[in-house]
This record gives sequence, C-alpha cells and structure tokens, in this order.
Amino acid sequence: MSLYIARRLVSLIPVLIGISLLAFLLGVLAPGDPAPALYKQITGSPAADPAAIEKFRVEYGLNDPLPIRYLRWAASALRGDLGYSYRSGRPILQEIGNNFIPSLQLALGGLFVAILIAFPLGIFAALLHNSLPDFGMRVFALMGAAMPSYWLAYLFILLFAVQLRWLPVQATGSWQALILPSLTLGIGGAAVLSRLLRSTMLDVLHEDYIRTARSKGLKERSVILRHALRNSLIPALTVLGGLFGSLLAGAVVVETVFSRPGLGSLITSAISFRDYPVIQGVVLLGGTIFVLINLLVDLSYTWIDPRIRLGGKGGIKSG
Amino acid sequence: MAESPRVSDSTLLALNAPLPAAAESAEESSLYRKRMVRRFWQNRSAVAGLFLVLVIASLALFAPFIAPHDPNEQFTGKKFARPGAQFPLGTDSLGRDMMSRLVYGAQPSVGSAALATILITCIGITLGAWAGYSGGLIDDFIMRIVDTLLALPSLLLAIAIVGILGPSLINVILGAVCIWWASYARLVRGLVLEVRERPYVEAAVSIGVQTPRILWRHILPSIIAPIIVLASLEMGTLILIIAGLNFLGLGVQPPTAEWGAMLNQGRPYFQLAPEQMLYPGLMITITVLGFNLLGDGLRDVLDPRHTR
Repeated sequence: MSLYIARRLVSLIPVLIGISLLAFLLGVLAPGDPAPALYKQITGSPAADPAAIEKFRVEYGLNDPLPIRYLRWAASALRGDLGYSYRSGRPILQEIGNNFIPSLQLALGGLFVAILIAFPLGIFAALLHNSLPDFGMRVFALMGAAMPSYWLAYLFILLFAVQLRWLPVQATGSWQALILPSLTLGIGGAAVLSRLLRSTMLDVLHEDYIRTARSKGLKERSVILRHALRNSLIPALTVLGGLFGSLLAGAVVVETVFSRPGLGSLITSAISFRDYPVIQGVVLLGGTIFVLINLLVDLSYTWIDPRIRLGGKGGIKSG
Repeated sequence: MAESPRVSDSTLLALNAPLPAAAESAEESSLYRKRMVRRFWQNRSAVAGLFLVLVIASLALFAPFIAPHDPNEQFTGKKFARPGAQFPLGTDSLGRDMMSRLVYGAQPSVGSAALATILITCIGITLGAWAGYSGGLIDDFIMRIVDTLLALPSLLLAIAIVGILGPSLINVILGAVCIWWASYARLVRGLVLEVRERPYVEAAVSIGVQTPRILWRHILPSIIAPIIVLASLEMGTLILIIAGLNFLGLGVQPPTAEWGAMLNQGRPYFQLAPEQMLYPGLMITITVLGFNLLGDGLRDVLDPRHTR
C-alpha cells in the first residue's frame, strides 16, 4: 500500500512541474512591463525615472533569460513566497489562503447537495427501470447538465428568496447564505452523478452474483445496499473526484453571482485590476490543490476496491 | 459550469471501445455506413438533438431574415416594453428588441463554440496522432502536457488565460482552445495505438507508404467516429463555458448581442424584469441540451453496447 502511494506521489511530480511552468508562462504572457509595479512595491515610491527602473530591472534579474527566471520563481514559490498582490500589497499566499476556505465550503456544499440528490435518484431509477420515475430522472439529468449555473442561480433566488421568501436574497456569514449557492452548484453535479449511478446500477443488477444473492434468500434491501450499491460505487467515486474539482472551479462563477468571497471573486477582481501575480498564484495553488484532491480520491479507491492495489492491471472494470 | 465536468475517464474508455473492424471492401464499408444511418434515425435522442441543433444553427445563419429588428437599435421611450406586435418578446433596459437580440445572439454564442471545437479537434487529432504513432520522447512530452492540462480545473485556467490576454471573444476562444485540446489528444492517442497494430496499417507500412499518408488515409477514417462523439458531447460544455466567460464580462463587449452577455446585462433588473434573464438562459439551455442529446445519441448509434 505504501509503495502504491509512493508511486502515485512520484507520478505527480511532472504534473506539478507542468502546472508551475503554465503559471509562470501566464506571467510572461501578461501584457505590459511588470518592472514599474514591482519597483513601486519594493521601494515604496512610484518610479518616474526610466534609468532607475532599468537599474532595478538588472538588480532584480528581470532581464535574465526565461529559464533562469523560471527557476528563481519556482524556488521562491516552493518556499511559499508567491510574491505580493499589486493591488493590496499583501502576500499572495495570504490572499489565496483567505479566499480558499469560502470556495472550499461552497464546493463541499455543492458536493453534499449533489450526493444527496443523486444517490436516491440514481438508485431508484435503476430499480424502477423504464418506469415513470426513471423517465423523470432522465429528464432531470438532461436538464441539469444543460442549464448554466449562473442562470440557475437567479432562478433559485427568484423562487426561494423573492417569491417564497424562505431565504434572504443576499446574506453573508450565516449558514443560510450557503444554501442557495450550494443548491445551484450541486444540481449540475447531481445530474451527472445520478445518471452514472443509474447506469452502473443497471449493469450491476444484471450480474450473476446479484442473482446468487437473491436466490440464497437475502433480503432485497441487503442485496441492493451490500452487493449492488457497493459495486456501483467505484465509477461513481471516479466521477465524484472529478466532480469535486469541477465544483471548486465552478464555484468561481457561482460566487460572483451571490457576491460571495472566494477564489472566484479573487481572480475576477485580480483580472479587472490587472493584478497578474494573483492570477498566477491562483493557477499555481489552485491547480496544486486540485491535483492533490484527485490523488486522495484515487487512493480512496484502493480502500473500496482492493483489486487496484493488489492486481495493478485490470482492477477497475470499465463501463 | 460545474454541471459539466470534463468528459470522464469512463466515458473516454467507452468511446475508446467501439472501433469498427476494418472494412474488407468498399461495398462492405458502404453497408456499414447505411446501417449506421438507419440506426441514427431510429435513435430518438439523436434525432431530437439533431433537430434542436439545426433550429439553433438556422437562427444563427438566417438571423437577418428571422429577427424583426436590428439587435442594437434602441427604441427611445420603449424600455422594458411588454411583448406585443412590434416586440414579440418585449424590449430590454435600453429599449432594444429582445427577440432580435436572442436570434442574433446565436451567432457569437454557438459560432464561437463551433469555431473552438474545430480548432480543438484539429489540434487534438494532430498532436494525439503524432504522440501515438511516433511514441518515445515525443509521446512522453505531449502526454505530459496533456496530463497537466487534464489535471487542472479547466474553467479556472480558462478564466486566468482570458484574464491575462484581456477580455475579447477571440481571447475566450483562444483560452478554450489552449485547454480543451488535451482530452481529444488523449482519446486520439489511445485510438491510434490500437489501430497502429492492425494488419492493413502494417501492410501499408511494409509497401512503403509514407507516414502522413498512412495517418490520413488508413488510420484517421477508422478512428473518426469516437472523435465525432466526443466533439458533440464537448460542444455543450464549450457553449456553457464560453457563455459563462461572456457572462463574467471577459468576452464580447457591449453592445454585442450574446446570450451570456445578455444574462450579465439583465442582472441589475432581475427582480423587476426577470424575463430579461429568463430568455437568454433558456436559449443556452436548449442549445446545450441539443448538443448533449445528439452526442448521447451518436454514442449509442456507434457503440451498441452502450445503449440503454
């Protein structure tokens, strides 16, 4: 098991290098000259004198070749120094740290909603295959995947906050403030997940061991929960991992709709203020966290399906 | 746009599976095609999807003939007009005809996603085939880039790229292309690895056919079906992403009529005039629904095992 984890960790290295190269290149691509902004940040005075800027540029190595600049940038990033925001002057690591938690909360909320809706829906649709509820679930899955979250958000606000007045239109800080954003974010995930669960359940229900379990007189409940559901979980978990990542990214848009703080608000305001180091930092850190979450999901398969760590090849049956 | 996570591994595996066996003769391949066409028309999801896609495409293509007004013409004193004979769906906050803006909005909304899909498919096929066919260092190098891109949250990356390049529809398309080719490259590489071993490819190699010709004439035709399915499924995602970037103000600039931008424009009035946001969102939903249905249907048609 520890060998498997070690192997997975090593395989992360090229991806992490790739992410850092990408984040660095974004900074290179950014239009305009970073020198005046950096000069102002470090010396505390806006630079008027081109000669001073030039001297500064040499001093801080802004004229060095790209590979050297990349290595220097990556080295300081590894030490946790991502530079400073042009706008607020605060360390970027701190800015991202402050904004990551609200996004994580929202993504977890979305995941919770998705699971809460998808599991019963997917399982019952499979058990009641080709019935009216099954048809309804398929319509839900189709619509849920097609509706833009930034539109659904307003429909929910109109329904729950304006018409029914169950929830405040805009509230921050309270737990109620998390309900509508989570619901908005979770519906799309529920669509994908319920559809997948339904089809894997249908596959599994036709397996021989289900017939065996039924014929030896197990209760239907036990057949479904212990035998069918458990074997449908692996594909669902694969999607769940990817889903959590895309919920985290999708939170970016939903956040702006609900004016919630988070990575989304951070990056959109960084864009409008041309605060390029912040954009770079969000890509680097957001990407790294994303990759680590996916690793955790992969590792959790081995807990559910020991075939993966024991067999190596051909562990998961696809389809 | 979390609602459409990237096509998952399991979908890619499913797409990978159904390679038609090599046609023995021209006659057999035309028979295969006929059977596929018949299966397509028997598939309700595929036909419904095709219908929706055609309706939206004709809105985009024939907008000048369908729209009652110029989408940017402001009728003074007619702000938020009720639907009526002059304005079938009413007017917006600047007194512009809603229906005309919705019809013209199909052009940037669907057109940009279509353009992006074409570029992505070309890049994905080229790099994926190159990696799969040549193997070795090139394969490693291309696949490391693909791994990185697939490992990252694509929407966040797209926002970052467009944010750095500056807001415009071209940059939105560029940002999408930079990221989305990766899943195509991975699919194509896997398919090429499989087809490369087929006897007819080996035969072509042994009689000295040049590599580009082998790829183009012998390999591409047998792997094109799964690529089309992926493109159709990803079209919906791209439309959502592009409209989302426009909604965030990163794409088209006013006064261009585009569904995502129209949603953004309706935001301040959504309590007073909800229909300002209702219609553009419905258009996006219908369009994405069309492409998703078409993609699902095509997958079922080309891979009978997947049908349910």
